[in-house]
Amino acid sequence: MNKFDVSVDTRLCKACGLCVLVCPKKVFELRDEDGKSVPVNALACIGCTQCYQICPDFAITVYKKEGALA
Amino acid sequence: MVNENDAEASFVPMSSAPDKWLRKEHLPHIWCPGCGIGTILRQVIEQFTKLGWKNDDVVFVTGIGCTGRASGYVNAQTLHTIHGRALPTATGIKMARPDMHVVAMLGDGDGVGIGGNHFIHAAKRNIGVTAIVVNNRIYGMTGGQVSPTTPQGSKSTTTPYGNVEPSMDVCKLALGAGATFVARVHTANPVYVGQIIGRALQHDGFAVVEVLSQCPTYFGRFNGMPDPVQMLQWFKENTFMAKSPEDEKEGKIPIGVFKDDKTTPELSKSYRNLWEA
Amino acid sequence: MNRIVMGDVACAMGAIDAGLRFYAGYPITPSSEIAETLSEMLPKHQGIYLQMEDEIGSIMAVIGASYAGFPAMTATSGPGFSLMQEAIGYAAMAEIPITIVNVMRAGPSTGLATQIGEGDLMQAIWGTHGDHPVAVFSPGNVREFYIYTQKALYWAEKLRMPTIVLADEVVGHMRQNVDFPEPIVIPERTLPNVPPEKYLPYATENGDVMPLPPLGKGYTWHVTGSAHTENGFPTIRPDKVKELLDRLNTKVQRHRNELIEYETFMLEDAETLVISFASMGRVSKGVVSELREQGYKVGLIRPFTMWPFFKDELSNIVSNVHPKKIVVPEINYGQLRLLVEWALKGFDIPVIGVNLVNGDLIPPEMIEEAILHG
Repeated sequence: MNKFDVSVDTRLCKACGLCVLVCPKKVFELRDEDGKSVPVNALACIGCTQCYQICPDFAITVYKKEGALA
Repeated sequence: MVNENDAEASFVPMSSAPDKWLRKEHLPHIWCPGCGIGTILRQVIEQFTKLGWKNDDVVFVTGIGCTGRASGYVNAQTLHTIHGRALPTATGIKMARPDMHVVAMLGDGDGVGIGGNHFIHAAKRNIGVTAIVVNNRIYGMTGGQVSPTTPQGSKSTTTPYGNVEPSMDVCKLALGAGATFVARVHTANPVYVGQIIGRALQHDGFAVVEVLSQCPTYFGRFNGMPDPVQMLQWFKENTFMAKSPEDEKEGKIPIGVFKDDKTTPELSKSYRNLWEA
Repeated sequence: MNRIVMGDVACAMGAIDAGLRFYAGYPITPSSEIAETLSEMLPKHQGIYLQMEDEIGSIMAVIGASYAGFPAMTATSGPGFSLMQEAIGYAAMAEIPITIVNVMRAGPSTGLATQIGEGDLMQAIWGTHGDHPVAVFSPGNVREFYIYTQKALYWAEKLRMPTIVLADEVVGHMRQNVDFPEPIVIPERTLPNVPPEKYLPYATENGDVMPLPPLGKGYTWHVTGSAHTENGFPTIRPDKVKELLDRLNTKVQRHRNELIEYETFMLEDAETLVISFASMGRVSKGVVSELREQGYKVGLIRPFTMWPFFKDELSNIVSNVHPKKIVVPEINYGQLRLLVEWALKGFDIPVIGVNLVNGDLIPPEMIEEAILHG
């Protein structure tokens, strides 16, 4: 059971790929049609929030399950 | 995405900063894909959240240029002033209302080019303003012309043969002029950017945080790093933690907090001593 | 109570009595005594005096302080006034009340740093780029410098726009025995009558822009020099840009009747009408009164509001008085004359300029010569 989850607002994402660069768990992939980021492997998220911290487009939200250890 | 089998309420966002401090209705912003300004702005509003400040206690002032547009996205009392003049405007605001948190976000051209004299004198006065200087080493908004901080030899639309002039060091300038908090960070380490900006925001005096930032569209494209990922890697490889901007190490750029003087009085408060007399 | 006061000092006193709380400036002759006086007076009135690094910094600090709720002004002379032009446009576009006092000296450039000129009239009205609202007042003596500094501060706050006081070196430096009138006080900022979530900083109320709210009271709004909508955010929508610029550029005309002030002197049966402003208005008054004593039919108008110009009023006066000619003495090459000619387009009356820029007031004999033989 995963403790974290990630979402990308594709309306805001500008396909720069910085989340792909910083994620230690390969959560993101840039989709073929427009290069925007998709959290294809969200189950692997460890909640480090590096993607959230670096995303220049305010597109990423990282969620924590209530009660989970950060 | 949130797993729909789980009760949605059981997953909560790890930061609620965007809702409180961003004018979400104005997003997506105008900056290019991979531009560092958004990352820096994220760190600024994260710190506002951490400090527990109220939106109407923050006056956020910018000048003109790519960084100048940042004020439009922050849910605070915001002023998008004219080119180079964010700091004197911020000075007037702080002098009138010392109880406000006054933050100026400047570009390199805005801050130390056209606004260079104001930068020097804001530092000299020790006015209680936090100056975040986004240094992308180029004039982005106007199409990639050379800036005061463009490294010698680098290309821009107006230095097609490489920049002949030496570049300006924002931190050395700030120190020389008397700023009481001076630091340099870069966008490849956003959490550190946030930490240092957080310290600067709490500093009672003129605080300068120079943030080396990527402009992949112009600086990067003209200088062999068209991908923002390449630019961030360049920052990591070409910087080192230092105690002074004078420190040297294999031609790399010193990073860190260079000054944190808590003893020099802040101007808007010391001026009020005249009221008592 | 009568006092002997210098013009620049009267300006500072007027500002303080009106409720000024912030001054930022850069020393420049012949305006520096305003700064010196305010540096002494402001701290005694819970106010701030700042000497900035240059005139651009000065006017921007004034804009910042005014935005933050402190009635604010700066003072300068020609070279500094030139540096302030971009920011005057910003204050006009962002609708932040500010007052700029320009104690004119002879230009262009450094010109005659310590001597009189009146060559900044056009610049005061049209100096910044783009069409914009501005009100320009011009005092001709020490008492008027006190009054029109207050009126400028009052109207800046009332209409949320830059206002300019055009004095000159002689008005600034002369000392007169003055009985100061009751002060005109700058209106205080009050909370808008709508809650923060409904507040639109550039919406109108009876045709005028809403008042600025005080800071830190829950209202968070955006200020920009870019074209914007009622909510303050940049727009390039043609209809919204037009709406904004139409409103800005009719602001002064909508209030012209309240803004326009001028003095008439011995107009009845005048065959020659003298129109003159600032120090030359005072000199001209002397000439007119002397010639009247000698039996010449000559009258005078001294405009105190240079913009909006008293176009309709002037044309009414001319329709009633039927002067045969108009004489306009001024220490420049014909800036007021151009406005007079524009106002009297359609009248077949010669407008004769008396123009001399050499560092001195124009001698009364030159004006007399133009009245009698021009």
